[in-house]
Amino acid sequence: MMAMKASFHLINKLVVENLKHRPVRTLLSALAIGVQVTMVLTLVGVSQGVLQDSARRSKAVGADIMVRAPGSSIIGGSVNYPEKVLKLIATFPHVKLTTGTLVVPAGGLLSYVTGIDLPSFSAMSGGFRYLKGGPFRDPYDVIIDEVYAREQHLHINDTLHLLNKQWRVCGIVEPGKLARVMMRIDVLRELSSTGSNQITVGYVKLDDPANTQETIAYIKQKLGPYRLDSMADLASLYSVSSIPILSNFIDIIIALAVLIGFLVVFLSMYTAVLERTREIGVLKALGASPAYVLNVLMRETTLLAIIGSILGILLTYGTRWLIQAFVPSMPQLIVYDWWPIAAAIALAGAWLGAAYPGLKAARQQVIEALSYE
Amino acid sequence: MSERPMIEVRDLRKIYRTGDVDVPALRGVNLSVSRGEFVSVVGPSGSGKSTMFHILGGLTPPTSGSVSIDGRDLLHMSDADRTNLRKTMVGFVFQKYNLLPTLSAADNIEIARDIAGRRDAMDEQFQQILKLLGLERRLKHKPRALSGGEQQRVAIARAIVNHPAILLADEPTGNLDTENSNAVLGLLRDLNKRLGQTILMITHNPEAAAYGDRIVQMRDGRIVE
Repeated sequence: MMAMKASFHLINKLVVENLKHRPVRTLLSALAIGVQVTMVLTLVGVSQGVLQDSARRSKAVGADIMVRAPGSSIIGGSVNYPEKVLKLIATFPHVKLTTGTLVVPAGGLLSYVTGIDLPSFSAMSGGFRYLKGGPFRDPYDVIIDEVYAREQHLHINDTLHLLNKQWRVCGIVEPGKLARVMMRIDVLRELSSTGSNQITVGYVKLDDPANTQETIAYIKQKLGPYRLDSMADLASLYSVSSIPILSNFIDIIIALAVLIGFLVVFLSMYTAVLERTREIGVLKALGASPAYVLNVLMRETTLLAIIGSILGILLTYGTRWLIQAFVPSMPQLIVYDWWPIAAAIALAGAWLGAAYPGLKAARQQVIEALSYE
Repeated sequence: MSERPMIEVRDLRKIYRTGDVDVPALRGVNLSVSRGEFVSVVGPSGSGKSTMFHILGGLTPPTSGSVSIDGRDLLHMSDADRTNLRKTMVGFVFQKYNLLPTLSAADNIEIARDIAGRRDAMDEQFQQILKLLGLERRLKHKPRALSGGEQQRVAIARAIVNHPAILLADEPTGNLDTENSNAVLGLLRDLNKRLGQTILMITHNPEAAAYGDRIVQMRDGRIVE
């Protein structure tokens, strides 16, 4: 005997059966929505992963304050300033150690080399832990971290072509300190046509971290608009929202994702509505209102978006595995807090895409729909 | 005072506009069908049978004249009113069955109740009808697993599940062999006799038409006898 079922149950059954009826189309649509979700989650995951990794490496330098020129940002667009500024800071109260680094683009997106003064850097950071090789011996020696060595398949004494010069890998160090590729700061200055005695970032170690804010205020008072950041605030400093260019880039990707979702679902639902013209006619002949028909199609779209979002989240683990395998220097975080956001983006795109086909279905004339072959 | 007819049609006209040309499909139809009557409508293609069927079923509005079902005037109904009419007062049986292919037979019947907003349990009378239709063991099957005759019986069950005032059947045996045709026509007659269901059936087939209490002949948009 047929038991009474709740209305939502029967509509949901119709929705599920409709999706099962065309499994290839359902799978392809869900996959396309999934790719859109993965695109967003991977981009945000890589952005946050790279920033977090940079923050961790900066923190491992052992400084309390980071000094950069006015107008500098965390990634790219850094401005150099004279090293004598850092030398002056070294004379200020509570300052125990200073070391300067020069960051130079190495011809690639987010690809930089860093010039260091090894003795002062080691004094502040406790020095590198060499997995193979050792410190600089010759001017064109380069120290790389283990991640970069693995990614570029480099070994000790291998030659590395950077900034139009051949460099010898003199040391491979444990990752997590300052940068991935480091050379002597004086050599880098010469090669990169940077003015002599220029630095990009100055690191300042204090006698006691508790004096950080007091020292920052003192430096500001003495030197003016230099950018001074406490290392304790690095986490917030290295966040996507604090880097406008990255934040804008992610917004653009999100807009593209909504567009993709819109187009995929539009095409899918438009075809579905055409295919099911007769069935929609039957529903309307039975007395279904336009809202009832629209409800069925919007639920179908919502289910597609949910399946797509789950697929997309699962695919994110795949992209992380691929990136770890082929580009280990670009760590990708699994950004759980973005799961609902990415799903909402997918849903928004899908609903937009289903709106026109849904309205078309809801407005269909019954007689024409019933005679559709 | 005599009982009000279930269907009352007076000078019913329907004109379709094709481009700049007006095509009259109904040219003044007069028809009265009593409550519990089984009327067969016969006539050649283009005689206006289907147009009358569509108007009585609330699928399209008439152009002029008067038409009422159980006292409800169809002439001035809005789209929403006609949707409501289909939901509560009219049951359809089509030549091509028109079952939803993705739902089981049971759900095809249930969805008509769902659309009508009926949340109560299936009544005892309808359970008896399912027995009469011989569908009890086929309810879990989807249309593709049912024969043409079985599909048409499911369509009949769906059409009457909400106890409509009238059942409109458009060539209900048009896609069936003789055996299944006789079975379906027998069922319609049974429903008419046992439940007093008012039925209007369109058919080309004189043998099928003979199952009705009365045969109405249409030609050129008019009823001729």
